[in-house]
Parts: sequence; structure tokens; C-alpha cells
Amino acid sequence: MKMVYKKRLDGRKFNELREMEAQAGVIPNADGSARFVIGKTQALVAVYGPREVHPKFLQNPKRGILRCYYSMMPFSGSGERIRPGTSRRAQEISMVMNKALEPVVDLSEFPNSAVDVFVQLPQTDAGTRCAAISAASIALADAGIPMKDMVSAVAVGEVDGTVLADLNYDEEAYDGVVSDIPVAMTHNSKEITLLQMDGEVSKEQLMKALEMAKEATEKVYEVQMKALKEKFRTQEK
Amino acid sequence: MIVNKYLIMDLAAQNKRIDGRDLTSYRTPIRIDLDISKTAEGSSRVQVGDTVVMAGVKLSIEKPYNDTPDEGGITVNAELTPMSNPDFETGPPGINAVELARVTDRGIREAKAIDLKKLCIAPGEKAWFVMIDIVTINDAGNLFDASGLAALAALKAAKFPVFDKETGVIDYKKKTKESLPMLKEPLPVTVHKINGCLLLDPILQEEKSSEARLTVTSDMDGTISALQKGGDEPLTMDEISRMIDIALEKANFLRKELNKVI
Repeated sequence: MKMVYKKRLDGRKFNELREMEAQAGVIPNADGSARFVIGKTQALVAVYGPREVHPKFLQNPKRGILRCYYSMMPFSGSGERIRPGTSRRAQEISMVMNKALEPVVDLSEFPNSAVDVFVQLPQTDAGTRCAAISAASIALADAGIPMKDMVSAVAVGEVDGTVLADLNYDEEAYDGVVSDIPVAMTHNSKEITLLQMDGEVSKEQLMKALEMAKEATEKVYEVQMKALKEKFRTQEK
Repeated sequence: MIVNKYLIMDLAAQNKRIDGRDLTSYRTPIRIDLDISKTAEGSSRVQVGDTVVMAGVKLSIEKPYNDTPDEGGITVNAELTPMSNPDFETGPPGINAVELARVTDRGIREAKAIDLKKLCIAPGEKAWFVMIDIVTINDAGNLFDASGLAALAALKAAKFPVFDKETGVIDYKKKTKESLPMLKEPLPVTVHKINGCLLLDPILQEEKSSEARLTVTSDMDGTISALQKGGDEPLTMDEISRMIDIALEKANFLRKELNKVI
């Protein structure tokens, strides 16, 4: 007998995202920064650059390079303390963040330099890489880095046969067939720059989930743009 | 960053500062927010001027150390994140992060701020251990005082998670109403010496112009629980005496700010 997930654990509609909030320009030292909150997941991002590259062998004489560094604060996990410092997981997420953002930033005018994106998460409840990417996109724009488009990210997935947007931790850990699919999408061109999957899913359900991601990332985009408009409106005064 | 070192030194000779502040005034606002991270047992965000740090407390159950079988323990860790200052690098903690963590740790540990005996569950077998993590968000100077304040705020805000004595399992998702057994409220105050002048709460430019500093962690009754001299220049006994006077007075000022929120 196939179980069906009829009602979400936190009462949301299937395509409903958790409550979101974002601000730009939250870290004075940084060239650009942002805070992006979705449910109980919080991401802080600081962007520095374009600036000199160390070590020097990483320099690219044709264009600037983008470097992302993802880090969870030691007290930000839902269980025990997380040991500080980098982990295999953090390294991989940093790498996929880079790939998710690179297609929209244009660093051709900044040869031999780097734009560094630092992520810190004070509190998490699933969806951290998506929150980090959404925050990073705001922070890059805030830093005035030339961008062709915005990137908005959210996880979609399937829990016991039902396609959902923005799974929380309890849904990811649900005792049943679960797939968790983080997706990042560009706003104008509607291209996918991040796609990963954890769990089991059929192709049909995956395509349905990606359709849902299109609509869900649009909602993220609205929150991102609101944060940027607020920042620059305040500055005008 | 451009450091107007000579200007800062000239001003100091006239008992003045580059941002117009009094020598012994903290920047404003001093803002202390609690429970900024629901996943921590206790947490805080402290802002002093443009300097922002976060602190979080996590609790776990471990075997007590052999020489203190009836006590729990504390550890302080600090991360000078590259997010908070363009001069900070990624990678394992450097000496500055280690010093910040150890000075904060000593202030709390040596003051016996937490009743470690009350953290014991079964002597020689099980006790609560307190991990305090400090993460810098924006370094605009004086991370020592901001971190000490954030660490104490997070400790005071912390609540034990639900612990099942039968199974030995901690349910981190559920918190009890029980706070940590706090006995003291030690707070660090760092006094800097620039061109013969003693001043508090430096901005980054002043920190880079500082000849010597002294961090004094003290409790309400004036008991000192940690000292750390830094900087390249020596200090006279008279200077140390004056620095301690300033630190004790200002620790009480910070304690009042903290007591307004918890």
C-alpha cells in the first residue's frame, strides 16, 4: 500500500514556503552583505572584492574569480555542537554555491582579482545551501558586482508521493520515501544553476518538483528584490 | 585600511580621540540581543558601535576529567571569521583567535562563574559540559570586551535541554526552564595605551596605533579573574594601577547594560 503525505507537519500548503525575511547591507566592513531568513534557517553573507587574490597562482589574467565559503556556526545545528572548521559537507556546499552563482556574475573587467563570498549560519532547520545562495545573490548585488541576473534558491521535494516546496528538517527526516532537491534558478532566463538530490524520486515527480521550484524561486526573488530596494531607498534619503 | 597613526597619537597627547569620544566612553549603541539562535541552548548578539559578535552555548554530557570527577566543564572557542574583517583569513584559528578564546575562557573559568559541581550528574561518569562559541560578524575594534559580554549573556540565557536519565538521551529540540548554575558575572574591559594616554573601546584605527593593552576581567565585588597584557610596549606599575581602576568601573557599567536585558 502506498502511503500518501496529505497534510504537512507544520500545516503549510504543499507549494507554500516558510516565512521569509531579508535585508541588504548588514555588515559594515563588507563591500556587500545580506541576511536571508526562511523559517528557522538564517543565513548571513558578506562579500569582499574585487580584491587581490592570495595565493597568487589562483589569479586568472582573463577575469576575476568568485570564491564561496560556507560555514555553519558551531551552535547552529539541531542536535549536538558542530565542530568548527571546514568539513567535507561544507567544502562541497561551497563548491556548488560557486557554480550556482558564477553564471550570473560578470568578472571580466576584474582580471587577477577575486570576489569572496563568506556565509555564516547562526541557526538552521534545513535548506541552508538555498538560503545561503539567496543571501549571496543579494549581497553580490549590494556589493555592486556586475550581474546579468539574480539567482534565487529553494528546496523542493517529495514526501510519500506528495510534491512539496521548501522542506523543513522534520520533513527531510520523515519516516517514509523522501526526496530533497535543492534548486537555484536565474530570474530572467529561468535556468537552473544548482540541482542536487537526496533520496528517491521518479523522473515524472522530479519534473513536477522542478515546475514547483520555478514558482517557488519566484517568491524568493520578490523577497530578495524588496531587500535591495529597501537598502538603496534608505541610502537615497 | 588607512590608519592615521600620527593623528591618533597627537590627539591622544591632548586626551582627545579621532571619533570625538571621551577617553573612557564605550561607543554607542551597546546592544545586547538574546536567543538569536534557537538551535543553541543559549545565545546572544552583542553590538558595540559597529562591532558585532555572536555567542552560542551548547551543552553535552561527557565523562568528567579524572582530576575533577565530580565536576562538569567549560570550553570557550572563538572564530575570527573572514566575514567580519577583510584582514582575517579562512582556515584554522590563528593566534589572535586563540588568544581571544583563552582570555574569555580564563575570565569565566577562574572567576568560578559557573558552579561546575552542580553540572555533575554521576561522579566519575557523567557531567554536563558547556561549550561557548564566539563568532565575529563585524570587527570594528575591541573584540575582547564584546566577546566577553556576548559569552556571559549567552551563558545567562542558556536553558538545559530535556535529558532522559533512563536512556541517557538528550532531546535538543526541547528545552527545560532550568538555567545554568551561575555564581558570578565576570566581564572583561580592555584599556589601551596610546602616546601615554589610557583609553577604552578602541576603533580599529586606534587598535592599530595602540602601544600596549591590558584586559582586566572582574566581578561585581572587584575581584579580578583574568589579566592579559598585549601590545609591544611595556607598562609601568602606575599605568597598570590606573588601567585596573578604569576596568573595574567600566565592568560595572557593562554589567548594568547586561542586567537590563537579563
